[in-house]
Amino acid sequence: MDGPDVGWYLIVAALMFGIGALGVMLRRSPLIVLLSLEIMLNAANLTLIAFSRQHGSLDGQIFALSVMAVAAAEVAIGLGLIVAMARRRIVLDVDQASALRG
Amino acid sequence: MGNVLVWIVWFLAAGGCIGSGVAVVSVTNPFYSALALIGNLASLAVLYLLLAAEFLAAAQVLVYAGAVMVMFLFVVAYLGGRADAPWAGGPPLLRTAAVVAAAALLVEVVVVLGLAWGDNLQDPPQISDSFGSPAEIGELFLTDHLLAFEITSIVLLVAAIGGVVLGTTPEKDAE
Repeated sequence: MDGPDVGWYLIVAALMFGIGALGVMLRRSPLIVLLSLEIMLNAANLTLIAFSRQHGSLDGQIFALSVMAVAAAEVAIGLGLIVAMARRRIVLDVDQASALRG
Repeated sequence: MGNVLVWIVWFLAAGGCIGSGVAVVSVTNPFYSALALIGNLASLAVLYLLLAAEFLAAAQVLVYAGAVMVMFLFVVAYLGGRADAPWAGGPPLLRTAAVVAAAALLVEVVVVLGLAWGDNLQDPPQISDSFGSPAEIGELFLTDHLLAFEITSIVLLVAAIGGVVLGTTPEKDAE
């Protein structure tokens, strides 16, 4: 294979996943939490595609496409929730939206 | 020669991915955060191209960097200043715990990679030119993965309905 081994792509994916996880845990704005979630999903996609190349089989790419569709659905619902929160004058802060806490 | 070129492109794309990822997490203004994510998705598409996933790279740019991010930017614009929630202001213990947890995840993945590198991660098989082309992906979707394809459409339909339900103002709240 020309260029870097598949392992290098996996390292990039691991770094991206770590960055996304940090964002989800550190930020309080639900919008940025959603953006960080997207980074984590895309890191998983990169892994799937890298292994699909490694094994010479397209199944991983099919899986990645399904993940993309699920991510789009998740963004639609998540943004709907954020807008609904903003309309009811709920503070946009994931630490304060704790009505469902047990 | 071609080899060196591929490495250079890989370095630029990987650096773009990581750099813009850090920017998404660290910038305070959600608008710039969303813009940085577009850069992240675009450089990711370059990595997909290097991995012979042409159709996915195109879909990534169209679906993600196009449609999804436009939706994000619209919501950021709609919320205005209210979207600017600061960094976690809680006890520093929580922040330290978050960093430690993320670092643990990272170390775990890298160790597993290091263990597998020698045997499993080298010399991928030769692939044909049509690997990852829309034709091959479409054929797989309509043969081996038909169920996944159909279920995806239902998931998207349910998400669209959910978006509408969340977006409508309930009767008792509307005045």
